[in-house]
Amino acid sequence: MRKLRVAVYKFSSCDGCQLQFLNLEDELLELSNFIEFALFYEARRFVGSGPYDVAFVEGSISTPHEVEVIKKVREESKIVVAIGACATSGGIQALRNWANEKEYKLYVYPRPEWIETLKYAEPPSKYIRVDYEIRGCPVSKEQLLSFVLQLLKGKIPTLPVDSVCVECKRRGNVCVLVARGIPCLGPITMGGCGALCPSYGRGCYGCYGPMIDPKPEVLNACFKELGLKPKEIQLLFKQFTNWSKEFRRVIEEYE
Amino acid sequence: MKSMSRVIKVDYLARVEGEGSLFVELEDDKVSRVELGIFEPPRFFEAFLRGRKYYEVPDITARICGICPVAYIMSSSRALEKILTVEVPEEIEKLRRIIYLGEWIESHMLHVLMLHAPDFLGYESVLSMAKDHPEIVKKGLKVKWWGNQVIRVVGGRSMHPVSCRIGGFYRIIRKEELLPLLKELNHVKECARKLLEWVLELPMPDLRRETEFVSLRGEGEYPILKGRVLSSKGLNISEDEFEDNLIVEQTKYSTSLRYRLKGRGYYIVGPLARYNNNYDLLDPEVRSVVESHGYGAPLHNSFQSIIARAAEVYHAVLELEELINSYREPQQPYVEGVVRGGAGAAITEAPRGMLYHKYEINERGYVVDANIIPPTSQNLASIEQDLLALGNKLATLNPTDAQWLAEQTVRNYDPCISCSTHFLKIKYINK
Repeated sequence: MRKLRVAVYKFSSCDGCQLQFLNLEDELLELSNFIEFALFYEARRFVGSGPYDVAFVEGSISTPHEVEVIKKVREESKIVVAIGACATSGGIQALRNWANEKEYKLYVYPRPEWIETLKYAEPPSKYIRVDYEIRGCPVSKEQLLSFVLQLLKGKIPTLPVDSVCVECKRRGNVCVLVARGIPCLGPITMGGCGALCPSYGRGCYGCYGPMIDPKPEVLNACFKELGLKPKEIQLLFKQFTNWSKEFRRVIEEYE
Repeated sequence: MKSMSRVIKVDYLARVEGEGSLFVELEDDKVSRVELGIFEPPRFFEAFLRGRKYYEVPDITARICGICPVAYIMSSSRALEKILTVEVPEEIEKLRRIIYLGEWIESHMLHVLMLHAPDFLGYESVLSMAKDHPEIVKKGLKVKWWGNQVIRVVGGRSMHPVSCRIGGFYRIIRKEELLPLLKELNHVKECARKLLEWVLELPMPDLRRETEFVSLRGEGEYPILKGRVLSSKGLNISEDEFEDNLIVEQTKYSTSLRYRLKGRGYYIVGPLARYNNNYDLLDPEVRSVVESHGYGAPLHNSFQSIIARAAEVYHAVLELEELINSYREPQQPYVEGVVRGGAGAAITEAPRGMLYHKYEINERGYVVDANIIPPTSQNLASIEQDLLALGNKLATLNPTDAQWLAEQTVRNYDPCISCSTHFLKIKYINK
């Protein structure tokens, strides 16, 4: 069997999602019999030239240089998979999209004129066609592995699309929102984590981004009943997937 | 005679965390110019922390780095707890140490096994190395896996864990959740010791350079969550005084700032500094393995940082056994603080070295100012100094080998470039 030729790219991000490949401690050596990491700077000095069967892309696009690179990635790859919150929604650094970019640079750097950035940090899908998305901040290594195995089997890869709330019920957790009055984004957030936050006694903070067709207004009415101020509700949505279409709408509403 | 000039240029450094490039210019047998370029895009964390609630800070800053999120959670929590006058009880402190040591293991094993060791034996990656050295790679992966398990059990997931908060944890972590970690402990211990022995036998390139090692100094235990800031040349200050002792610089070829100590110069943080400044606090078993292979402390050669990492991994495994066995569940999962305006700074020992966080919040608990100084930015200048010191050797090697050695020199510091592009609060100091 010919090995699947894989490229792993990083854009504006924390390195975490691509690291999940290296966190497959039990599977990595076996997996390398079936896939070739033709390009994976974090793991290898060797760089194999394109075209690639699959490119896994981590991070959001936030500089003019990154726009050039992501276009090249698209040209060279049969399948492009966006992994993690940054690559699927813009991620945490999209928080700067809500503020004045010049002011930000001034705040962080003594010589802001040396720093070149785009006005917005956005997901690759803003610039190229993306074939698949794997959500999460970070992406779960189990989902990543499941996705790769499905590709290897020649299947069209799918991942579950239940909300965190459904996963939480399945785990048999007592609801943190209803029973303890803790604000939780679980009812409108895409699952995949296994309802981690409620299982550890806190509300979901939405790091997998909005589920399909969420109804944030219903949940927000609930938050208001708990006594949350509009600014506090806004901050709940203004986190790791703040630039996703559905969460953005809520943030604007409470602006 | 006309001088001979040549250049080593690496556009995209491999096996480091983040995006960096390297430019070395050689004239005759000397290195005339070194630029470690950081082109990791700036993400402006310090800027968008302003206006956030204090309790959001640990989770947000964790996203600076996927390799050492626990370090960011702990430095930010401790800094903010100072403002809120929170003192965490011993049991919570212990649990923090457990999850943090788990991260040291995970992060160090990633570097020792997957990013660094291949250099010493001439492999381009761990995957190639695994073909010839399958046993040691499997042992290393086992230890790495276990470190990740420790974080997962305490934190919910090994990357960007969800259980930590200011004042402690969101819920009580049960002893029976921790105990299964000990099931494989004997095997993991064996693997960690074998790995240290293997590292101690690696061929070691030579590099000698006068420098200053700076780290926390532990009080009765190897430093991780707190301590005074000590150097190999007599610096001894508190974490609150640290920032005032720094000079900040920005260069045109880098999105990362860099640091010097006032009146002292460039310095090194990280495993080698910790090891040198706290060798007496390492588990005696670790020291005896190190010494039976003819090593000890201090180590001055930055290539030997791999020894310090492997020693810290073995130490962490041994300490975790003790911590988990003696763990008692706290009465409350966390301590509630008093929200009030003020400022606070804290340093903890991230896997790559001292991680400084400082925050100012207002009386309603919103962040008004933030300053983060990650270890890699503190080491950037030292990496360049190492390359300058290697001059003669780089000049005599053929271009391929010279490039590889230059890259390896950068990797000695396990640079986390994702982290390094974050700093704040630049004071201009004209000297």
